[in-house]
Amino acid sequence: MNIIVCIKQVPDAKDVRLDPKTNTLAREGVESIMNPFDRHALEEGVRLKETHGGQVTALSMGPPQAESVLREAISCGADQGVLVSDRAFAGADTWATSYTLRKAIEASGEFDLILCGKQAIDGDTAQVGPGLAGQMKLPFVTCVQKIRNLDDGIIQVERMMDDGFDVLELPVPALLTVVKDINDPRVPSLKGKMKAKKATIKILSAADIGAEEQCIGLAGSPTRVVNVFTPAPRGDRKMFTGSLEEQVDQLVDQLRSYL
Amino acid sequence: MLIIDCEKCIGCGVCEAECAFGAISVQDGCAVVDDNCTLCGSCVESCEVEALLIEEGAVQVQADINDWSGIWVFAESRHGKIAEVSYELLGVGRKLANQRGVQLSAVLLGSGVTESAPTLIAAGADKIYLGDDSTLGQYREDIYGNVLEFLIKKEKPEVILAGATAIGRSFIPMVANNLGAGLTADCTGLAIRAEDGMLLQTRPAFGGNIMATIECPHTRPQMATVRPKVMQPLMPDLERQGEVVSLSIPDRLLESQVKVLENVLEEHNQVNIQEIEVLVAGGRGVESEKGFKLVKELADELGGAVAASRAAVDSGWIPYAHQVGQTGKTVCPKLYIACGISGAIQHAVGMQSAETIVAINRDKNAPIFNIASCGIVGDLFEIMPLLTKKIRENKAL
Repeated sequence: MNIIVCIKQVPDAKDVRLDPKTNTLAREGVESIMNPFDRHALEEGVRLKETHGGQVTALSMGPPQAESVLREAISCGADQGVLVSDRAFAGADTWATSYTLRKAIEASGEFDLILCGKQAIDGDTAQVGPGLAGQMKLPFVTCVQKIRNLDDGIIQVERMMDDGFDVLELPVPALLTVVKDINDPRVPSLKGKMKAKKATIKILSAADIGAEEQCIGLAGSPTRVVNVFTPAPRGDRKMFTGSLEEQVDQLVDQLRSYL
Repeated sequence: MLIIDCEKCIGCGVCEAECAFGAISVQDGCAVVDDNCTLCGSCVESCEVEALLIEEGAVQVQADINDWSGIWVFAESRHGKIAEVSYELLGVGRKLANQRGVQLSAVLLGSGVTESAPTLIAAGADKIYLGDDSTLGQYREDIYGNVLEFLIKKEKPEVILAGATAIGRSFIPMVANNLGAGLTADCTGLAIRAEDGMLLQTRPAFGGNIMATIECPHTRPQMATVRPKVMQPLMPDLERQGEVVSLSIPDRLLESQVKVLENVLEEHNQVNIQEIEVLVAGGRGVESEKGFKLVKELADELGGAVAASRAAVDSGWIPYAHQVGQTGKTVCPKLYIACGISGAIQHAVGMQSAETIVAINRDKNAPIFNIASCGIVGDLFEIMPLLTKKIRENKAL
């Protein structure tokens, strides 16, 4: 059972805030972390490996500093880390990212299962998982909340829907994206940390994976950002005054249109 | 690549302040870009001395973009019922189609959905592509994707809209990928640029702290998933005329690798908080499962539903389906009453686009008050029962 887990390094949301003076994102002290959903994908991969044997490869596309999330993945049970990194990837949208990940996976050998987090918390698109499945022509299921069984090349999963969940079966190789309900990720063991420290992270460039120039980075991206702006601030906030009862009266008055 | 001309650069730092990704810094009087750059282009626009330039390599350009015409909506249905978001998409789709002077069509796939087709015409569609087949009764990524991709290649619409729902966000990205089309996730604004008819797609990024407008300049179709409850449906017009095209779908497109064993409807999931107009949400300050009774009472009185912060869900007071925020759901109801929720960014990103936000919290410095439309500082165990009672009295008037 060889499993590839796709991991993205993202800014930690708790540090992301607006600078009230300039109304732009304040960046000082913003730390980079492993995308929280990917942590659940990694944990699920490691659990499957523990039951069925095999290898877990953590794969990331990003700048050189993304190496740190791959080391973290190794400390949590991944066997190896692969970083696809090249200035030529800059400006990639979800299409170009899916393409790049596919080329990296093809350059990295055989696998049975690809696991991704449901979405990354910086872009929130949830498009790379399904896009990668499309690129690789793999059967896939998004928003998996439980892997019930894996036997004889068939995987049985629960997929979260807006009104409950579906129980599905599909053949491997396949791609799954997972939600956080699927498991509680472990904290790295001391042994894991030691291993992560010593591990060599394989770094692949655009040339290493044989990516075509017109399919990567900004050139390979069908979408373009034409404008970035700060949303209009809310109108003046109303704080009520007076006794609690008076305040509640004012609030009810305010809510009249919703009653 | 972002090219910085150090001859022209005056080291003013405007671009550094403009960059939302922290990728530019001024070093020794000249701007320097690092690997975080996403080539979004804001710095290029901000530079007053034109020292910045984005150089694109050979771009994938599709030759025939003018051959693509018409606005399409994927009309989502589940268990034979059309999802509300489909009508909202037809509402905005109608406007876009009128502006472009083209037809608005809906793609309706499912089993036993034929009788729903007229409601889509009443909601604004000129044409329905109807795939009513027992195989399509169970949603599966591959067969829905196959059928939609097949239709798109055949009919060549310029725009395709789908709901940013569990279904829309799972198979639409695969279709876009297979077509080499641009797809923008979770849009909250759509418009046609008058000059060239390009679809401008606006979406929140960084959890709504910044907004980005996106276009697909070189490829067709232009695809977007649209957040539920943002667009307005039209008033149904039963007199509206439209055409229903029953699809003959080649069998090979209906062969799925995925087998559905069971659909489990969950009681607490029966109410999808993303589709509700009034939400009353409880957080850590609600203190217990019992405390959520107060939340529920207020929600019931307002004809709304209960939502929660991660802290409340993690404490086991309420199931995950109610969680709002980064690792839960993103909602934009008309009214959101946050009770005992501090309003940390992880929560705020999931609800800050609500029309009206009311905050009830005993800590006057809680960040929730920064995004609230109005608020009361005080003990929610006193305020909520009083509020529920007064609303009940008010309604009785």
